[in-house]
Amino acid sequence: MAINWFKYSAPSTFYGLAGKLIPWFALSAAIMFAVGLYIGFVVAPMDAQQGEFYRIVFIHVASSILSMFLYLIMAGYAALGLIFNTRLSSMMATAIAPTGALFAFISLWTGALWGKPMWGAWWVWDARLTSELILLFLYLGFIALHASIDDPRRADRASALLAIVGSVNVPIIYFSVKWWNTLHQGSTIKFSGTSMHVAMQQAMFVTLVACWLYAIAVVLARVRSIILERERHTKWIAELPEVK
Amino acid sequence: MGLDIWMRENPLTYVWLGSYAVALLVFVIEVAMVVHKRKITLRQICLMRNTGDEEIA
Amino acid sequence: MKKSSMLGLLVLVIRRDLVLAMRRRADMLTTLIFFVMVVSLFPLGVGPEMDMLRKMAAGVLWVAALLSSMLSLGRLFSADYLDGTLEQMMLAPQSLSVLVLGKMVAHWMVSGLPLVLMAPVLGLQFDMSAQALGVLIAGLLLGTPVLSMVGAIGAALTLGLRGGGVLLSLLVLPLCIPVLIFGTGAVEASTAGLGVASHLSLLGALLVLALAFTPWVTAQALRISME
Repeated sequence: MAINWFKYSAPSTFYGLAGKLIPWFALSAAIMFAVGLYIGFVVAPMDAQQGEFYRIVFIHVASSILSMFLYLIMAGYAALGLIFNTRLSSMMATAIAPTGALFAFISLWTGALWGKPMWGAWWVWDARLTSELILLFLYLGFIALHASIDDPRRADRASALLAIVGSVNVPIIYFSVKWWNTLHQGSTIKFSGTSMHVAMQQAMFVTLVACWLYAIAVVLARVRSIILERERHTKWIAELPEVK
Repeated sequence: MGLDIWMRENPLTYVWLGSYAVALLVFVIEVAMVVHKRKITLRQICLMRNTGDEEIA
Repeated sequence: MKKSSMLGLLVLVIRRDLVLAMRRRADMLTTLIFFVMVVSLFPLGVGPEMDMLRKMAAGVLWVAALLSSMLSLGRLFSADYLDGTLEQMMLAPQSLSVLVLGKMVAHWMVSGLPLVLMAPVLGLQFDMSAQALGVLIAGLLLGTPVLSMVGAIGAALTLGLRGGGVLLSLLVLPLCIPVLIFGTGAVEASTAGLGVASHLSLLGALLVLALAFTPWVTAQALRISME
């Protein structure tokens, strides 16, 4: 089976493909969420040290991983769009940004809620929490820059450059924050010491997959709207059944 | 502190309401925004087409 | 291109920007006054206990320097953009990166260097020791050029946009966090009796990295914005 992948790099064909894929991703995301939460809350036992509170981990870890990977993927798409001038990649980068920012927010929120019973404070200047906060700032900068430029082509290219600069900066920021944190002897509790039950790992993995599927579904739905908006003057859009 | 005691007594409610309900709320809002954006865009294109047809006719 | 001509070009751009800045000295002074004011507001906000002030001096001075360098960034390219000089610069056969580097250096001399020179006086308000002051100055000398250079990327990206000033800070401030951390870290290490070499060399490394990449990135950003 030879599939011509480049065929789907054209917005007109990708629009239809994305439309067909979205329900499947959304449905499997819902199922995986249900399975993950079932394993996480029913099968997995209570943690000896952290009691029931550790169950926040399932959504917390998944959203943290998602927020970081989505930034890299966004920067990758942005770079593709900048270098090869492919319209669809720039649109994908724009569509990923809000989802990434929301995952960063969820990660911060759940981190704070976990911190309260564990550390006794809503917010601790822990290296990972601080980096996550800065990541959220980077997302917001990308979204704000894109939103404030009217010309879509310039908006794509300017925010692409920003995303690339940001992704180069992320390791430097992470390293410096980590160093700063050890200098101040933060009140971090090491979680790596406690051994994890198999069911906990399974639940974490399943929720992670669910979050990926959800993110893909939402990003595809958003990119479809962006395609419609950008290409509204083209002929293929005028022939779409939903427009007629 | 009242919240601290309540939290220790009802850890599961705390976890569900605090983390999972908020995450679900964020997801619901995001999906609603995406759906709304699609509706608006489609309506815009329909409007544009209609006015464009009139101009041609 | 020959090396000597590139250096000549660099000097030419720096001299031109400095002359222009000297004609509008008020702009330069407002940045400096803002810096002094922000730093002086902190004791009023947190109370006059010298122990606490001494502890937070480096952080306050660094954050104030960060904010005031954001203030002047908006002017980095906007004047040349408005009167068409920037367009001519982009059409010129010389490398745009070198031109940009010249503008960055001039910007630092006008807005960064006065802050560095002013910092010891303000440090005395916070009862900093002479040794800590020395480390602070060294850190600022290494760090403020990085702020100017990273800020130039943001200034180029937001060129000619409405509400550019606030947007610029939103884009640039997160990228400047490492400079802030190492700059204040150096002062803290010196007051704690630890070596400051590692912090300062990391700041130096950031400076070298910024020197190597930001002029080119800023030139690309200008090309995107001017299309």
